Amino acid sequence: MGNSKRFDFENNVAGALADDQLRRNLRNAMDILVDKRRTVFPDTATLEQLRSAGNAIKRRALKNLPQLLEQLEANCTRNGIQVHWAEDTDEANQIVLEIMRRHDAPAIVKGKSMVSEEMHLNHFLEENDIEAMETDLGEFIIQLNHETPSHIIVPAIHKNKDEVATIFHDKIPDTPYTENVEELTDIARVVMRKRFASAKVGLSGVNFAIAETGTLLLVENEGNGRMCTTVPDAHVAVMGLEKVVEKLSDVPPLLRLLTGSATGQVITTYVNMISSPRKGEEKDGPKEVHLIILDNGRSHILADPELRQTLLCIRCGTCLNHCPVYVRIGGHAYGHVYPGPIGKILTPQMEGLKEAGVLATASSLCGACGEVCPVRIPIPDLIRRLRNESYDQEGSAVVEGAGYKKNLAETLVWKGWELANRSPLLNEIGTRLAGKVGNRMPKIGPLKKWTRVRTSPQVAPTSLHERARKEGVKDE
Amino acid sequence: MSSHTARERILSRLHASGTHQTEVPEAPLPPQLSLDLEARIERLTELMTAIRTEVHIVEADSWIETLKRLAREKGWKQMLYGPGATIGPAIESAWSADSQGLPDLVTYTEPVETFKDDLFHIDAGITTTRGAVADTGAVVLWPTVEEPRLMSLVPAVHVAVLDADTVYNSLTEMMAAEHWSDGMPTNALLISGPSKTADIEFTLVFGVHGPKELIVLVRK
Repeated sequence: MGNSKRFDFENNVAGALADDQLRRNLRNAMDILVDKRRTVFPDTATLEQLRSAGNAIKRRALKNLPQLLEQLEANCTRNGIQVHWAEDTDEANQIVLEIMRRHDAPAIVKGKSMVSEEMHLNHFLEENDIEAMETDLGEFIIQLNHETPSHIIVPAIHKNKDEVATIFHDKIPDTPYTENVEELTDIARVVMRKRFASAKVGLSGVNFAIAETGTLLLVENEGNGRMCTTVPDAHVAVMGLEKVVEKLSDVPPLLRLLTGSATGQVITTYVNMISSPRKGEEKDGPKEVHLIILDNGRSHILADPELRQTLLCIRCGTCLNHCPVYVRIGGHAYGHVYPGPIGKILTPQMEGLKEAGVLATASSLCGACGEVCPVRIPIPDLIRRLRNESYDQEGSAVVEGAGYKKNLAETLVWKGWELANRSPLLNEIGTRLAGKVGNRMPKIGPLKKWTRVRTSPQVAPTSLHERARKEGVKDE
Repeated sequence: MSSHTARERILSRLHASGTHQTEVPEAPLPPQLSLDLEARIERLTELMTAIRTEVHIVEADSWIETLKRLAREKGWKQMLYGPGATIGPAIESAWSADSQGLPDLVTYTEPVETFKDDLFHIDAGITTTRGAVADTGAVVLWPTVEEPRLMSLVPAVHVAVLDADTVYNSLTEMMAAEHWSDGMPTNALLISGPSKTADIEFTLVFGVHGPKELIVLVRK
C-alpha cells in the first residue's frame, strides 16, 4: 500500500492518467454508481432530510462515544461476545493471531473489511504462515492478482472482465479462459464453498455496532459475509471505534443512507445482525465471537471539534464516485488504504501530514464530495484545514506533522506581501514595478509548475490606481 | 494483558477529548411509510420481485400445494426443513400423502459440525419468517434451534414462508412494535433477494455465495 515503497503521489498520478484502460473502466463504473444513487434517492427534499438525520445520529454517537463504547462492551460481554481493544494496527493483528493460534487454524476466511486493510492483516498473517482468504468476489479477484482494493465498496472496479478472465485462468488451477461473467462468478462460488466449509476462523468488518443491545450489524449482497460469520468455529469482527451507534432505532435511517449512497440500492441482499455466539441447543453459528475495537489515531482525531467530523463517516464510498480527481486516477494512485476525498482527510490525520499531507492537495475543491456525503461531512472544509495545517505549526494546528511545508522562501514572500499591502509607498513602488517587469518574470520554481498547464496571468502596464488618477476619476 | 491497558488508555483519551461538547442538531426523520396491509404486501412484492425474488401470494390453507407444485416444477432433489418449526408438520403430512416427484426431506437437527458435508449438497431449504418490511422490501428472519442460520444461506434455493399480517411498513416500525431493543437473538436477518454480485463490470449475477433463488410464499 505504498508503505513498502516510498510514496510518490505525483508519479502515481501521472501513471494512472496515462493508463487509458484504467480510465475507461473507472469512468464507466463511476457513471453507473452516480446514476444508481440518483435513482434510489429521487426526491431531493427527502434525501436532504435523511442526510440531516444521519448527520445528527452520528453526531450524537460521537458526542457520547466513550460511554457508548463502554455500553457496547458491557452488552457484548453479557451476550457472550469477547471484546478486545487495540491501540494500533499491530495490537489488532496480534489479537487476531492469538485467536488463530488458539484454534490451530492454518487459514482464515475473510469478508470485506476496510479496517482489516488498514491493519494490512493479510500480509501480517502470511508472515506468520497463515493464509488469509478473501471471499468477497471483488476482493478475491484482486487478491489473486496481488493487488489492493482501488475502491472501498467495489474493490476490483478498475478491472474489466477480460482482465478478470485472464487472472482466473492464470491463478486458479484447471480454469478455462472465459469472459462470461456468470461463469466467472460460478468459478469463484465453487472455490469459495470449499473454503467456507473447511475454515476454522472467519473475519468480518462491522458497519454499525449497536450499544443498546450489543449487536454487530453487517450489510452485504453476496452472502460471503454471512458464511464467514456463521460457518467457522470462531468469528472475529474488527471495527474502528467510530462505528458504534446508540440504539437500534438509529439503524434504519443509516442503513438507507449507506446502501443508497454506496451502490444505489434501497437495501442490500442481506442485513446481518449478530448479538452472540452459538447458544445452548443452537445448531450452527460460531462458538466464539470476538470484537476488536481499533483506535489507530481515531481518539486523537476526536479531540478536535472540526476534524472530529471525519469520524462521522459510514464508509459508503460515494465521495469517491463523485470526485473528479478519483474518477480520473482511481484508488491505487493515492497509495494508501482509503482513497478519494475521505482518504484525503482521513489518511493525513492517521499517518501524519508529512507522510500523507500531499493527498489533501489532490482536490479542486469543487465541493461535490461535501454535497453528496450522506452524513454531511464538510470534506472540502476539512481538506482546506489540512492544507492550512501543512504550513502552520502554531495556533490551532493539531495534526501530526503540522507545518511540514513551511519554508523560509514562502514565509518571506508572504511577509513581503503583508508589508507591501500595509505601506502605501511600498505598494506604489510594487505595482509600478510589476507593470514594468511583471510579464517578464522568469518561469522558474513554483511559477514554472503553476504555468505548466495554465496560462500565466498578464500584468497590466499601469495599475488601476494609476489609471484612475490619470483619467481624473474622483474617489467617491 | 496489553489489550486491557490499551482499553484504559483509549477510553481515557476519549473521555478527555471534549467530544461531549459536540453539537447535535435537531433533525427529524423523513415521514415513514404508512400503508394499509394490501398496499404493504403490494409494495413488498414489487420491490422484492424487482431484485429477482419470486413472490407467490397464496391463501393460508393452500400454501403447501404451491410449495409442492414449485418443488416438482423446479425438480429439487432434497429439501431442508425444520421438523420442529411451525410449518414442519404440514410439510411432513403433505409429503407423506403424496411424495411423487417431490424432493427428499432432510432435517437439520444435528450441530453443523457433523452435518456440514451433507448441508453443502442440498439444493433447497424452507424456513418460516418473523415478518417483512415493505418500505425497503425484505423478509425478516430470526433463525432458531428448529430453523438454524445456514438453512437460509447454504442451499441453492431458499423458500421463505411469510404470514401476510406480519408485513410491517418499515424496519423502524417492526423494531418498535416487537420491542427488539429488549433483547436481540443470536442472529437476526433481513433478506431482500437471492445472493448477488456486481463486482465484475457491474454485471449483475445471482447466486455468488448464497442462494441462487429466493422464493417467498405470502400466506393471506
